[in-house]
Amino acid sequence: MKIRIKFSKTGVMKFIGHLDIMRYFQKAIRRAEIDVTYTGGYSPHQVMSFAAPLGVGLESQGEYFDLEINSMKNCEDLKVKLNNAMSDGIEILSVKVLPEDAGNAMASVAAAKYMVSFRNGYEPSGDWETSFKMFLEQECIMVEKETKKSKKEFNLKPFLFSWEIKEHHVILTVDASSSGNIKPSLIFQAFCLQQNIILSDFALQVTRLETYTAKLDEGNQILIPLDEIGYTA
Amino acid sequence: MNNTALKDEILLQVEKPARYIGNEINAVMKDRDKVAVRFAMCFPDVYEIGMSHLGIQILYDMFNRREDVWCERVYSPWMDLDKIMRQENIPLFALESQDPVKDFDFLGITIQYEMCYTNILQILDLSKIPLLSLDRTEEHPIVIGGGPCTYNPEPIADFFDIFYIGEGETAYYNLIDLYQSVKNTGGSRRDFLLEAANMPGMYVPQFYKTEYHENGTIKSFLPIADGVPETVRKEIVMNVTDTYYPEKPVVPFIKVTQDRVVLEIQRGCIRGCRFCQAGQIYRPVRERDVETLKEYAVKMLKNTGHEEISLSSLSSSDYSSLQELVNFLMEECARKKVNISLPSLRIDAFSLDVMSKVQDVKKSSLTFAPEAGSQRLRDVINKGLTEEVILQGAHDAFIGGWNRVKLYFMLGLPTETEEDIRGIALLCNDIAKLYYETIPKEERKGKIQIVASTSFFIPKPFTPFQWSPMNTKEEFIDKAYMTRSAIMEQLNQKSIKYNWHEADVSMLEGLLARGDRRLSEVLLKVYQKGCMFDAWGEMFKNDIWMETLEECGIDLSFYTTRQRTLDEILPWDFIDCGVTKSFLIREWEKAKNAIVSPNCRTQCQGCGATVFEGGVCYEN
Repeated sequence: MKIRIKFSKTGVMKFIGHLDIMRYFQKAIRRAEIDVTYTGGYSPHQVMSFAAPLGVGLESQGEYFDLEINSMKNCEDLKVKLNNAMSDGIEILSVKVLPEDAGNAMASVAAAKYMVSFRNGYEPSGDWETSFKMFLEQECIMVEKETKKSKKEFNLKPFLFSWEIKEHHVILTVDASSSGNIKPSLIFQAFCLQQNIILSDFALQVTRLETYTAKLDEGNQILIPLDEIGYTA
Repeated sequence: MNNTALKDEILLQVEKPARYIGNEINAVMKDRDKVAVRFAMCFPDVYEIGMSHLGIQILYDMFNRREDVWCERVYSPWMDLDKIMRQENIPLFALESQDPVKDFDFLGITIQYEMCYTNILQILDLSKIPLLSLDRTEEHPIVIGGGPCTYNPEPIADFFDIFYIGEGETAYYNLIDLYQSVKNTGGSRRDFLLEAANMPGMYVPQFYKTEYHENGTIKSFLPIADGVPETVRKEIVMNVTDTYYPEKPVVPFIKVTQDRVVLEIQRGCIRGCRFCQAGQIYRPVRERDVETLKEYAVKMLKNTGHEEISLSSLSSSDYSSLQELVNFLMEECARKKVNISLPSLRIDAFSLDVMSKVQDVKKSSLTFAPEAGSQRLRDVINKGLTEEVILQGAHDAFIGGWNRVKLYFMLGLPTETEEDIRGIALLCNDIAKLYYETIPKEERKGKIQIVASTSFFIPKPFTPFQWSPMNTKEEFIDKAYMTRSAIMEQLNQKSIKYNWHEADVSMLEGLLARGDRRLSEVLLKVYQKGCMFDAWGEMFKNDIWMETLEECGIDLSFYTTRQRTLDEILPWDFIDCGVTKSFLIREWEKAKNAIVSPNCRTQCQGCGATVFEGGVCYEN
């Protein structure tokens, strides 16, 4: 049976990179004595799939991974066991069973919601929030994206699904699918470039609030959190 | 969760910030206001190396069992952070509390290899603790060193307040008690050190003075404070079963060198290889009870979640309950999907059987450490591995499906001749030949792959070779070329890959291994000129070392290539490690005549370790 696990990553845990988070969970699952499915061979490993890698330095309230297990008592019990094996800064928020036909976590990702603010001492002078609002309201937001080979300019607007600005924080819902993954820092870089503001490497504080998958609802595509696919058992 | 000592901006700039944040699973957190003594335990190298060290995990567990002590970990900040800390004047901190090391009561440093000496200075400097023991005041932590290099602590004597000679399990609680009682009665740092100097195993260098002859050798080494003993006897835990061992080792977030559960099955080694310091200083051999080890294995796997377990000892095959332990682990690990790694196993029918069950034969290789190329030279070094045994092991392994062989040798061993060196090439060729003779063409899965590696022999204190000259750098390089060309001449040379160690760093290791107090000045100067992480090839700056030796008037050859006489006072003679000088002299004489000594279980050689009244000496 396949389960989907939602967790948060805060505090010093933001400094642990994606690959190390995977190793961390493999060990945590052993400590929690979850009846997890292993592959065969000389070095058996757990069947695990993470939704969207989170960059070093970012916090999150909505991380997901899928795990293949042989059995469990119920979702709540597995959640409690795993939480007992966590270190400070990572908390299991939900455990859901996935229906048979559910796609894997990574392929299911359509969008992510971020909360971005300037770190103390790095805020631009003046009323940057108003300028930012105007920046986002443009018909067309041209940004430069650096790939391994080249730089290319493209219009970001279609990849920006929704946004709001409140109390010095910008909340952005952007495309996070494999074809159009947008980092929130990209938007801030474009804004700062336009405004002639020098953006320091460490100026932004970013928290991922949620990771979404897309679902058809009466012919319209809507975004739902990744764990709404599953059910509690 | 604690606030980090470093700002986010700094942590985001440096490589692998997880090295500096603490918060790992099983890290011990205490209330800083409710403990009486704070101990910073340091491995002076980068986190991934330091976290792989078993000794610190044992002592960390031992100290933290006491409610009144909080022991935390400290490692060398990597070069990137080192630079930032100096620029921004950030004091070095311990991982758990993130508090500055300079505010601790003790800074304990484990000293595992000579080439970390400059990193000891880095740790002290970044901590803002005066580098020289004599410059420290009441406000500074007591700096205490331990580990194998303390069997000749003299080159670093000026930097330490105390050296703890021997195994940490026995005397640390008493030392902490003494510290508290001196402090509570208003005693000074000096009062504490004077009393500590009288505890077994404790060496306080500032209370001793060395005088030299005109030729540079030692004239005398004597205490200069009242009541301080002339010799320091090593501390050793005789019951290795009923002692401290971490059931909950700290689990790092990032991949470290030893990313697995480590089960120490015994201490010491019965073999008595004459080049090996560990084989002498950890005598006598003491085994842990197999039932206790089984319990530890289960608990440690459960508490860490590690996916691999490894046995640790100098020679696992000599552990008397090895089969029982390995069979238990194989069953347990198969159930839990945990890998087993078995280093330092002799290649024989049992080990081949086990290895074929626990690892992928196609991907793994066989390892032999003949150390010398000829039987004569193997007899000199008392390495009881014969060519017949190697070839038999290889033969059985080839039939079992292996076709990769690793061989380890040393160049520059005492009495070595050109023939011995050529023997390395011949042995490699014979193994390759054996493969083609043993496995018919149609059954071969690829070619045989032999990797031969040589390191340069460095004489170490408390070994029968402690009087032996070391080769010069030029001799070493010539010998490496000789080995390479001898291999090139072999029929199967295409199947043999040859690697050799750097000669420059070996010379310095040789200098520091048998050095004396006059080297402290050199260490200080090379550190001030920027030397650090000397054990890391890319960081090692040989030119600075050579230039500084000259400035300080230190003759490298005096310490390395000089033949010492048996009556010379050696810098480490004041340490009593149980093994007597007369035994070492007997072994040195036997070595020169290529006479082997049987191992401890076959026949006692009267090394002196019986004074500890236990272990292998009293097995029967």
